[in-house]
This record gives sequence, structure tokens and C-alpha cells, in this order.
Amino acid sequence: MGIELLYFAWVREAIGRDGETVEPPAGVDAVAGLIDWLAGRGGGYATAFAEPARLRCAIDQQFAPLTASIAGAREIALFPPVTGG
Amino acid sequence: MSARVHVQEADVDIGAELARLEALGGGGVASFTGVVRGGDGLAALHLEAYPGMTQRALEEIAAEAQARWPLLGLTLIHRHGTLGAGERIVLVATAARHRGAALEACAFLIDWAKTKAPFWKQERFTDGTSHWVEATAADETVAATWDASAEHGRP
Repeated sequence: MGIELLYFAWVREAIGRDGETVEPPAGVDAVAGLIDWLAGRGGGYATAFAEPARLRCAIDQQFAPLTASIAGAREIALFPPVTGG
Repeated sequence: MSARVHVQEADVDIGAELARLEALGGGGVASFTGVVRGGDGLAALHLEAYPGMTQRALEEIAAEAQARWPLLGLTLIHRHGTLGAGERIVLVATAARHRGAALEACAFLIDWAKTKAPFWKQERFTDGTSHWVEATAADETVAATWDASAEHGRP
């Protein structure tokens, strides 16, 4: 079953789209691994995901650490640290 | 407890929001308004939100304030979209029987809204350039002081 990815702010701009559905290969267990896998596509993905320390994520609309498992996730959002207020 | 939490493009009627809180029977209403800071060639500030998640994140922050302070009411309205210098970004307001709870809860709400709600600010300049605002360690530090307060049993 695919995972819906959402991109925000400069992550969205670098990739050039606001989301997509992906089916990560076996062995991609955590968000960090998902980011590595996406970066491997090169181009805008490599740019957006060059520095994982600058990224934050939400799994099914709840903030989660990049070490969190993607097992069972329906929606994963990848974005920079938030700057509201 | 009467909470109004909204993510919206429209401006906020501050007078109406404060009047609503003043009518709840308490002795104090506190508020904070965040405004687009002008100057340095800024043409506009664009605020991006996460449809679906942003509203719920703000509701969770509001619920946390209600759990920590004896509030009679609160308002947390955060705008998204493109805003010019001097336009309102966010209104936080709280009502309580006494000023301490109202003032503390108001500060808590804006500190957490800045660091725990999915919004991203992009500054757009008159020369056509733009850049995404970086999160600051100072904001994280301020927000974290409320974590420490919770451990110490505050309020």
C-alpha cells in the first residue's frame, strides 16, 4: 500500500511538487531511511534532502522524530522547522 | 470554558474577540497580536499552513493551556496566505478570574504556537527575491521553558 507524501515550504519548492504517493522498498523502515531513499532520486530531491538535520516530519498529521517508523503510515509530511506565530 | 481556535485567511476582528472574552465574567483578559514587521524592503509575508493538521495542532495547544490554567475562555486565531506589512498574523487572547492566569496562558499560547504548529513564513521583497524564514533556537528555548514549568507542577 502506498504512502502519501506531502512537502511544505522550501522542501516543496526544491522538489517542485506538493506531494506524491510512493511505495518505499523493503528495508526503508524509518522516516530517515525514507529521506535517504528519496534523496537518491537526485535533482530537486537531492537538494531538498541534502541536510536531514534541517528537516522535520509528521506522520498521519502528528509531529514525529525522523527516527520514527513508517510502518502503517498513511500520510507523511516532510518540511523545515515551523515558523508560525 | 469557551475556546475559539481558527486557521483562516481573513483578518481578525480584535474588538469583537476581546469583547467576547470580557463578557465571560472574569476579572482579566490578556491578549497578544502578532503583526507583519515592515522595513528592509519587505513587500509581503506569505504564510503556508498544513491543511488538516494546522487546525488540530492549534486545538491541542489550546487544550494544553486549558489544562494548565483556570481559564474562562481563550481565542487563538492564526492567519495564512499573503499578508502585507502591518497586517495581523495571529491573535491570542485569554480570559480568567485573575490576571496571572490570563497573562501566563497568553504567553504560553503564543510561545507554543510559534514552535508547535505547522506554519512556514516566506518573506517576499520589493526587489522580487524571497526567502523562507529560519526557525530560531531562541524560540525553541522559550517554548521549552514551558515544558520545564510543567515538570515543576506549574501553575
